[in-house]
Formats: sequence, C-alpha cells, structure tokens
Amino acid sequence: MAAPTMDRPTSAAPAAVQTMTIAKGINNGLRAAMEADPKVIIMGEDVGKLGGVFRITDGLQKDFGEQRVLDTPLAESGIIGTAVGLAIRGYRPVCEIQFEGFIFPGFDQIVSQVAKLHFRTQGRLKLPMVIRVPFGGGIGAVEHHSESPESYFAHTAGLKVVSCSNPADAYWMIQQAIASDDPILFFEPKRRYYEKGEVDTTAAPGPLFASRVLRTGTDATLVAYGPMVRTALDAASAAEEEGRSLEVIDLRTLSPLDLAPVYESVRRTGRLVVVSEAPSESSITSEIAAKVQQECFYSLQAPVLRVTGFDTPYPPSKLEEEFLPDLDRVLHAVDRSLAW
Amino acid sequence: MSSPEKWTHPGPDSPPATAAKPTAEQVIAGLRATDEGGADLVQLLTPEGERVQHPDFDIDITAEELRGLYRDMVLVRRVDREANALQRKGQLGIWVPLLGQEAAQIGAGRAMRPDDMAFPSYREHGIAWCRGIKPTDLLGIFRGTDNGTWDPVKHRFHPYTIVIGNQVLNAAGYAMGQKFDGKVGDDDGEATMVFFGDGATSQGDVHEGFVWAAVYDAPLVFFCQNNQWAISEPTERQSRLPLYQRARGYGFPGIRVDGNDVLATLAVTKWALDECRHGNGPILIEAFTYRMDAHTTSDDPSRYRLSDELELWKLKDPIERVKVHLVKQQWADQEFFDSVEAEAEQIAVELRDYCVNLPDPPAERIFSEVYAEGNPVLEAQRDEFLAYHAGFAGGEH
Ligand SMILES: Cc1ncc(C[n+]2csc(CCOP(=O)(O)OP(=O)(O)O)c2C)c(N)n1
Repeated sequence: MAAPTMDRPTSAAPAAVQTMTIAKGINNGLRAAMEADPKVIIMGEDVGKLGGVFRITDGLQKDFGEQRVLDTPLAESGIIGTAVGLAIRGYRPVCEIQFEGFIFPGFDQIVSQVAKLHFRTQGRLKLPMVIRVPFGGGIGAVEHHSESPESYFAHTAGLKVVSCSNPADAYWMIQQAIASDDPILFFEPKRRYYEKGEVDTTAAPGPLFASRVLRTGTDATLVAYGPMVRTALDAASAAEEEGRSLEVIDLRTLSPLDLAPVYESVRRTGRLVVVSEAPSESSITSEIAAKVQQECFYSLQAPVLRVTGFDTPYPPSKLEEEFLPDLDRVLHAVDRSLAW
Repeated sequence: MSSPEKWTHPGPDSPPATAAKPTAEQVIAGLRATDEGGADLVQLLTPEGERVQHPDFDIDITAEELRGLYRDMVLVRRVDREANALQRKGQLGIWVPLLGQEAAQIGAGRAMRPDDMAFPSYREHGIAWCRGIKPTDLLGIFRGTDNGTWDPVKHRFHPYTIVIGNQVLNAAGYAMGQKFDGKVGDDDGEATMVFFGDGATSQGDVHEGFVWAAVYDAPLVFFCQNNQWAISEPTERQSRLPLYQRARGYGFPGIRVDGNDVLATLAVTKWALDECRHGNGPILIEAFTYRMDAHTTSDDPSRYRLSDELELWKLKDPIERVKVHLVKQQWADQEFFDSVEAEAEQIAVELRDYCVNLPDPPAERIFSEVYAEGNPVLEAQRDEFLAYHAGFAGGEH
C-alpha cells in the first residue's frame, strides 16, 4: 500500500473524500457513531461546551444534548468507574481523558474493573467502552502532558489498545472502537492532531486490529505507531534520497499486536528498527523485539534495534527534542542495522 | 441538581437535637465516629425485643412478614457458619463471615424490588440471598473454582467486588443509566443500592461516587455497613465525624439506622429506595452494626479488639431480638422455630455436599471470556498451552 496522502491536493478526489485533520477525523467519527447508536455517550472533563481542550468533541453537545455529552466532575476514577456502570446498563460510553498524564487516578478502575469484568462473569457482562487518551510529546507542554503510558494498558489482559496516525484511521478507528464489545484504550497522537489528510467516508475500512504496511521497501523495516508513524515515513523519504529503500509499517493495534505483516516484512528485509516515544524498558517495543527474534531468527541480518524515548521521566520541554526519536535518530539506527 | 427542599425529611436532615457547641478539646480530638448513634439512630425493635415507635420511619409489619425476615436471617447465618466451617476443614481457601450483620443485609435486601440493582462488596451473602442467588453459587469464589457463577443481569446483583470502593462508582454509573433511561420519577421507578464498609468511606472512589450521584441526581442508595472495623482499624481511623453525617456535605440526606434491627433497616432502606425511584436520590444510609466474627478466616481479631466488646454486641444480636419479639407477640410457636432450624440444617447439608464435590474448572477456563470479541494473540497462546498439555496425556494430539 502507498504512503498516506497527507499533502495531496483534494481537487481530483471523489466526492466522498474530504480533507481533514486528525482532530476533525475523530470528531466526525464520534459524530457518526453517535448518530448510528443512541446508546453512545461521551463523558469527560470540558467535553461539552468547550468541546474538549483539543476541541475533539467540538459541537457534539450542542447537537446531541447534555445527556449524551457529559461534562463530568473532575475525577478520572469517577469518569471510568461510572462509565463501567453505564456500560453494564447498556450504554456505550466514550470517556475522554484530558491528557495521558492524568489517566492514573483512573488506572485502578481500568485495570481492576474495566479489564476484568468480562472474564470474571464468564462473559455475562460486556464492557463496550472506549477510553480516549491524547498522548505523546512534542508540543512544548509542561510536565504530565507529554507522556506515552500505553504499555501499562497493553500489559493488562482484558483491554485492547489501539493508536491512530492519520485522519482516515482517526475517522474509522474511533467508530470501530466504539462498535466493539471489548473495552478499548484509544491513543491519539496529540502532536499530530492538526495534520491533514484525506478521508474517504464511504469506502469500507480495513479491520481495526490490524497493522498496515504504509510504504514498501527492501533494505530494512521500520515499525511505528501513533505520532512516530509520521517520523518513520519522513525517515523513509530521506533514506530514499540516499538510495535506501525502507519499508514502513504502522502498527495501529498495540494489543493485540498484529505482527504477521512485520514478520513477513522482516523475512524479506532482514532488518528491523522499532520506533516509539515511550521509554524502552518493558514496553511495546521490547515485546516486538522479543517476538520478532523468536519468529524471524534465521531471517535477521542484524539484531532488532529500537529508537525510543529514554528510561527517564519525560524531560522539561526545552529538552524534549533530545528525548524524542526524530528523523536523524531513526536514520542512525537504520545505518547501524545496515552496517551489521 | 439537588434542591434544598429534597432535604426536608425530618429524619435524616433536621439539625441534631442537641446542638451543643463542642468544646475546643472535642474539636481538636475529633468526634468519636463510632459513638452510639444516640438520638440519631433509627430503631424500631430494641435489643430486648420491644417494638418502639419512630416518628418518621414506623412501618406496619404483619406476623408473617416478620417471620419471613426471621427465617431469612437464620438461614443466612447458617450458610455463613457452614461456609466458615468448610474453610476450617480446608474446603474453602477463605471465607468472609457476615455474622452479626444479618439484620442490616436482610433489611436492606428485602427492601429492594426485582428491578432494582445491587452492587455488593464481598461480604454481602445476605443481599445475595435476597436477590435469589443460591448460597452454593457463592462458594466457587472462595474455593477458587470461579469468580462467582451467578448471572448479574438476571439477578440484578453485580459480581462481588474485592477492590475496596470500586463498586461505588460502578453503581453510580448504573444509577445514572437508570435515570437516563427514564426509569425514575414515580412509584414504578428503579433504584440502585451499593454496599460498602466503614473503611471504604476513606477511598477516593466512594467520595467520587458521592459526587457523581449527587450532581447527576442518580437514584442510588449508598448502604454503608459500619461494622466498626476495617480489618484491625476502627472507624475513628477513617473519620472524625459519624459517617452518615458526611452526606450533608455532598448535598443529600444521610441517616443512621440500627443495623442490628431488621425492622428499622427495612423501613429506612425502603424509604430511601422509594425516594430514589421518585427522583429524590441519592441517599446515604449508615447501618450501625458489628462484625461478630473475624474479618475473614485469615484474620485474628484477638490481636486488635477486646472480647468485652464482642460480649456487649452479643446482647444486641439481630436474630435474638426478633425471636423474642415473635414469642412475646405470640406470632410464632415452637413448631415454627423448629421448622426454620430444620430448613437451615438442610441448606447446610446441601452446601457441604455441593462444596466438596465442586470440580476444578477445565484448564481452558484460564483463556476463556477474557475478551468479548476474541484476541488472536491470546488464542495462539491458548492453543500452544493446550498442545503442551496434550503432550502429557498419552500423546493424544
Ligand atoms: C483497595 C484495597 N485496599 C486494601 C484491601 C484489603 N482489604 C480487604 S478488606 C479491608 C478492610 C475493609 O473494611 P471495610 O470497608 O470497613 O469493610 P468490612 O470488611 O469491614 O465490611 C482491606 C483493607 C482491598 N481489598 N482493597
């Protein structure tokens, strides 16, 4: 599949294809889900009149009313914990966590109740709820506003975790997540919220829990998700100028991981670089490295390399460019892999 | 939003009759949260079995109804004692006794209607009984064969919740759903009741549950069983204020009832559920009671409380006072008491048989129903596990 067409002019596009930002993609997706199912409700801090601090829920309360878009009291455990009760009652709550650094007051409800009720009741209780989490750095924010906590949730059985990286996925994946009967953590790349791309609102989307090859290549494979997909694609373009052909895979689903396309790719390229903003220790990138060496041991020409945030707290924003993987760090890792 | 007129019920919200100013020392030391409720404690049947009147919460009860409540309490106590014994015999890994809390639970449980929803903690065997759950269905959790086998949708009785306080928020959300569904507002309305202990009132989730239920006017009865202890910690380690008085700060009524008095508990809970189904919720009930046994079978209460205390509370036994009253009123004869005893014995036998014969679940249970819509990574893991297992079973695969 070709790279997502972020910059292509829209004039040639068919009528159902619109250009929009990731933020608008999610907003439109939420709207479509709410129109399709009256049981879908949105709850969170400032999601009503304000439309959320990132305006992702803009206009929804105006159109769907205060009972379907709830400006909640300011307590994350309360947001998640009451969503559990509403889900049991037959609603499909979509909770917004304002920033990823504030999910931890709700962590207990997520891992103790949301993740386990289906198993505990042998399937009698379903928890069709989505927890939307803007995550990641690169926006010059103060502390607790730039983190990547997704591995905590991917580590927890009973939860599913996904992350979108472009407007089309944003539009479709949020609707698919809402339609799912499993509880889903939906990680949104906040620094990419306002990047534009084309969305075909009529073409049937691919499956939610599937990674996707965005760019084919032969020399090495790059795997990324969320905000790092753009970085990986940029690195592949830059590498091309140097005559190197990189394959780029957008993971899209972090739990369950869909690694079949990654194995297939690595068996061809022999080299893998995994990119993520999250600290590396005991993370999604560790999991990928472990599984790929297990499945592709004889195909690997070099060890799996990772380009990640450091195993430190997220630094003050004047240092975040040092912390975050960028194009140069990714290319450096590719160089090392190819030099093996 | 809760409006002030909702608070006008004289029981819970009239200012304390003795509004004497506390001394400076009292303020500094904090009010003893476990002090007997005094004038604020709703009681309809004294420990001596005397029926007393209450200006706000009196109820009519027929002989038959009272015999029914007595039977419930005796049977539930027997279930509890049998399960406790089964743990001692190694048949259960642990048991959480309800001894002493029968009146609080039967009163509250019998106040509920089938359409109401209950969110228990882990000691609510009496509530389970009232929700029509077979006592045998409680055993698997404690024997380690399952996490509770009852259908929470059919019985409207949520799974036991072990993490202290979590269920309070889940209940608040459920009650919000009842409200959103338009099931609140008249005699046919629905309500939710959530059960938690005195220790739980220190948890953030309980506080948040109070906030949520209040601002969304949820039809939720918070039923706190103050059994005086959170494992080894007394109630004054959780609060310097009697717990029911906290409700005022959230903007809804709080009321303390004699939790060893099944009539008073029934009356107060019925009133509270009724308020909720009419749209006047939420309400906090503090059932003032006592855990007469250990916290769990793993606990040793002799390390933290005096036996005098237990002796004192034995005089307030929830079952004895009903028995005395039934006899005094000539509402029950020896034949009735004997028949309840026989029924209790029968249930105990069934419980024992069921427990010792409860099979271990198949190993696949580890992997089943983790997700509603499956998970290929997990399924691959299961297949690998089953193949590995089969390798030992005479190479069946
Ligand atoms: C969040 C949490 N912390 C600690 C525990 C361990 N624990 C189990 S019961 C209990 C005491 C609870 O006391 P209370 O709320 O008064 O309820 P009771 O058992 O007396 O009915 C504790 C500390 C737990 N289950 N959950």
